[in-house]
Amino acid sequence: MDNAKVSELEKIANGIRRDIVTQVYSANSGHPGGSLSIADVLTYLYFEKMNVMVDDPKWEDRDRFVLSKGHASPAIYATLAAKGFFPKEELVKFRNIESFLQGHPDMKHTPGVDMSTGSLGLGISAACGMALGGKTQKKDFRVYAVLGDGEIAEGQVWEAAMFAAHYKLDNLCAFIDNNGLQIDGEITKVMNSTPIDEKFKAFGWNVQMIDGHDFNAIEAAVNAAEAFKGAPSVIIMKTTKGKGVSFMEGKASWHGAAPNKEQYEQAMNDLAMAD
Amino acid sequence: MADKIATREAYGAALAEFGAKYDNLVVLDADLAGATKTGVFAKAFPERFFDCGIAEGDMVTVAAGLSTTGLIPFASSFAMFLAGRAFEQIRNSVGYPHLNVKLGATHGGITVGEDGATHQCLEDFALMRTIPGMTVICPCDAVETRAAVEAAIKYNGPVYLRFGRAATPVLFDKETYEFTWGKGVVMADGDDAAIIACGTMVDIALSARELLKADGINARVINMHTIKPIDKELVLKAAAETGAIVTAEEHNILGGLGEAVAGVVAEANPVPVLRVGTEDTFGRSGKVPPLMEMYGLTAENIAAKVKKAISLKK
Repeated sequence: MDNAKVSELEKIANGIRRDIVTQVYSANSGHPGGSLSIADVLTYLYFEKMNVMVDDPKWEDRDRFVLSKGHASPAIYATLAAKGFFPKEELVKFRNIESFLQGHPDMKHTPGVDMSTGSLGLGISAACGMALGGKTQKKDFRVYAVLGDGEIAEGQVWEAAMFAAHYKLDNLCAFIDNNGLQIDGEITKVMNSTPIDEKFKAFGWNVQMIDGHDFNAIEAAVNAAEAFKGAPSVIIMKTTKGKGVSFMEGKASWHGAAPNKEQYEQAMNDLAMAD
Repeated sequence: MADKIATREAYGAALAEFGAKYDNLVVLDADLAGATKTGVFAKAFPERFFDCGIAEGDMVTVAAGLSTTGLIPFASSFAMFLAGRAFEQIRNSVGYPHLNVKLGATHGGITVGEDGATHQCLEDFALMRTIPGMTVICPCDAVETRAAVEAAIKYNGPVYLRFGRAATPVLFDKETYEFTWGKGVVMADGDDAAIIACGTMVDIALSARELLKADGINARVINMHTIKPIDKELVLKAAAETGAIVTAEEHNILGGLGEAVAGVVAEANPVPVLRVGTEDTFGRSGKVPPLMEMYGLTAENIAAKVKKAISLKK
């Protein structure tokens, strides 16, 4: 993609990051770190790649997206609002008892959310079901899913990995948000899931490793995944937890914490500088 | 003597029959297709059957995903490994989003027999009842099974269906039986007491009725095929007209049909409710008849409980 396109997507992603921090600040709870790390891939998918209809969120031939790491809900909500699935004004009501923006995604009440997730390890299985449903009905929609690198300690992820390869779900593309941190600390210390690429290769997947904050790399990998036939694809994205907010970057402590007023202002400043 | 057919056999036959009628019906299993009888469907419609291997949690959530694309998935395994092992997947991936997934659980209860306690699920009604919006059905014979499967296909939402391993008598006529969603069936009239049973215990309840008749007691027998939502009207009618209720289920007396009935009665018209079921204990290996005897799942025990319930009438 040309530089102008990259700048345009960076601007959208930056707005999404601002809305992520604003949601968590407004709710005084939520998960900013792992939301900020996936803002770029969500921007690329929803603004460049996925075939979706804002006016008909349940359109049967749409491409699907499953946020398997459901705690990154502020990221998908900010993206869906930016795309126009619901008014941006709703975002400040995140986690509020009157809002449809639940702590974790709720497909029944939030326009644009394709699967309810939150309990880790389940989303990837749901994505497999969608991909199999597409193949069974000879529909050509594609299914995307984002998992955390801590999430893949869940056994069900590997049940799903086996399933997807067995049924040759080449209409499925999973992303691993490899920011290297989970709630209790570094993934290599809490429960070492590395080497992630070798594990997926052994399960029969088409594996790519990229910089998850580089739009050109994301585009190239997603297109290569789409072109690859006979096996599901996984794109392992090297990312920075808390990306774009100086004091959150690379800190496990910002997995599930809300900024105070000064921190919020600092975050908005950091993100304004990036524009 | 009536024909004997296991409800799991009828389940497999029904899937194969309705596979022809409903082309969006798909079936999943977790390496037990021979035992759950989904293999009958697999043979007829191989392109719509998906073995998930021994991975029940994945199977349930895959079924959830399939349902979002307009298909009607039936996911099957033994009750223990479906309601038990995959409880959280059923709750969060199927129940919470109220998806159109059918859970066909075979080998429910103690009649699993020789495989013993690890495979004898006595908790599934309790687990499934507590999931908001879940329908819980346990048919009493092969005819009711067929009808319940089609009713589940036509209903848009999550349904848990429990079937048995052992061959049991066919109580209904296929030509005349109609399954009414959420409505129990009065199998025999009587005003001295009511026996409310489900699954394998319906036929045994009818035998208990015969034993009681010899003692001059006329017991009503109700087949409560749908445990949730329970037929409150029929339960309260029985409470009002008989004043004494005994429940019978192949399940722990905690959390199942008995407690569902007791809850309805306690809130509206408290009459004695005595529960027949396994009494907060695990099962064990054995042949089915001695197991039923050992755990009190007999006509004699039901009859004794009916007499006790009558003695407790106000």
